[in-house]
Amino acid sequence: MKVLEGLLYSENHEWVRVEGNKAYLGITDYAQHALGDIVYIELPEEEEEFDAEDSICTIESVKAASDIYTPVSGTVVEINEDLEDDPGAVNADPYENWIVCIELSNNSELEELMSPEEYKEYCEKEE
Amino acid sequence: MKNYDQLIFEISQEGRIGYRLSQFEDDNTNIDNIIPKELRRQDELNLPECSENQVARHYTLISNKNFGVDTGFYPLGSCTMKYNPKINEEIAGLSKFSRLHPYQPVETVQGALELMYNLNTMLSEITGMDEFTLQPAAGAHGELTGLMIIKAYHQKNGDYNRTKIIVPDSAHGTNPSSAHVAGFDVVEVKSNRNGEVDIESLKSVLGDDIAGLMLTNPNTLGLFEKNIEEIAKLVHEAGGLLYYDGANTNAIMGKTRPGDMGFDVVHLNLHKTFSTPHGGGGPGSGPVGVKKNLIEFLPVPIVEKEKETYNLNYDKPNSIGKIKGYYGNFGILVRAYAYIQTMGGEGLKKATETAVLNANYMQKKLKEYYHLPVDHICKHEFVLGGLKGDLNEVTTLDIAKRLLDYGYHPPTIYFPLIIDSAIMIEPTETESLETIDGFIETMIKISKDAEENPELVKNAPLNTPVKRVDEVQAARKPILKWEKDS
Repeated sequence: MKVLEGLLYSENHEWVRVEGNKAYLGITDYAQHALGDIVYIELPEEEEEFDAEDSICTIESVKAASDIYTPVSGTVVEINEDLEDDPGAVNADPYENWIVCIELSNNSELEELMSPEEYKEYCEKEE
Repeated sequence: MKNYDQLIFEISQEGRIGYRLSQFEDDNTNIDNIIPKELRRQDELNLPECSENQVARHYTLISNKNFGVDTGFYPLGSCTMKYNPKINEEIAGLSKFSRLHPYQPVETVQGALELMYNLNTMLSEITGMDEFTLQPAAGAHGELTGLMIIKAYHQKNGDYNRTKIIVPDSAHGTNPSSAHVAGFDVVEVKSNRNGEVDIESLKSVLGDDIAGLMLTNPNTLGLFEKNIEEIAKLVHEAGGLLYYDGANTNAIMGKTRPGDMGFDVVHLNLHKTFSTPHGGGGPGSGPVGVKKNLIEFLPVPIVEKEKETYNLNYDKPNSIGKIKGYYGNFGILVRAYAYIQTMGGEGLKKATETAVLNANYMQKKLKEYYHLPVDHICKHEFVLGGLKGDLNEVTTLDIAKRLLDYGYHPPTIYFPLIIDSAIMIEPTETESLETIDGFIETMIKISKDAEENPELVKNAPLNTPVKRVDEVQAARKPILKWEKDS
């Protein structure tokens, strides 16, 4: 299982890459492996607002449909539209293929997230 | 002919005719005078051209591929694929039931109304509720009906703030869907390791915006929700109502009743618990029962009895209205009635006891070879978590596919979501010990094959007309209908 340096991680197996006031959001290698082959991703609309822990998109795999919860609050400023045609890209490289980009409304929420080391430990416990 | 796999379009030959339609009486009639041009199809119809013999063979060969409870063991967890006694069919086929017209005057259908009235009483007794509607066409339709009743109740109380329904994360997927369709927002509560509602998590979401809670008991792991009375108390204190998803009623008949646990609204799946046929799209039946304070909201009409006469009462001003055409899937109601009558109260209780015994017997035998994440005496079903030791990366999907080779319908897989690599097995009460032992032996054999000959399992099924399908491509680039080469 791959955990990338320089990212923050949530307990629901999402990663966050912070760039200034914006955060790119995706799912981790652990998550894509658990989901299995992804066949559809329902993205939010740009300018939609979300509170932390809201369901921000739905990922459908051959096993199940799962909600993805945003660990941070804010407004969607960009969505990765490529995933609509090629949802399998998230399986192929979950860290390269971000899902949404959010303008953060509460930076302090980032402190709640895990470092790569903490996340690694967290996953080992989940096993 | 086991491998017959043609489409009706592929056996079509241009110009072959099976049936000749009669011509217009007056061949000179201008079709434009009968059906205006803008309402007529302009492109070719492209119907297959086959002889009657070809059509008969084609559909017979396809139907021979069907699998059902009449052909083999079908331990599809959460679906209660019990045997459907043939006497039910015979009763439902009686012409005085099967040849009725829904608009016949009520005095000419007293027997049918009496059956509905009595079924209502029986279901009320089994569940501990006060009154049922027999209209909903299946389980999820029952959920929608029940939630509309809950909404009507709050609105009558002027409680317009109650816009949220609580659903545990282990719930059937239909629960949140039905809540959305009924116009509610869904609040998810976490379940603990046993799939039971986490009381603290529940407390944290209860408030004056909560319309109700949807719950299955026993839950999706086949375990009884021990805290149900406390849960009911908490939800009621917060002003909400409790909805019982009756999917797992086969585990409780004659033992306990949702009405006694504190539920306000209940749906039953007659096509599961009460042995009416299902699988393949119905028709199902999902009657909804309520407590006294909700009777006024039930859909119209309700069958009522006055002295010795039965009537359809449409005069219920607070009713949520009609939820289905006519009175529900009447033929299914007849089958369920026949089932309850032939079984009797003791029989239903025995059915539940045997269903629970069968599930525990299988669970005990299989847990040596398969993960059993929640190791607990179960009710009518149990959930394994893939093979022990993750042998050669043989997955739950591979195991299910290999079962096809042995002539079994696989269990439910990858549900509930709270169990990794879930294999959900529900044997039901209608299987013999030999059948159950045969399935257990097969499951053990598959676990040994996974260790010694993993390719066999990973490439399964090998004996079926269609081999392993590419589910990923099928979902990503589905081909949903035949199209003529242009």
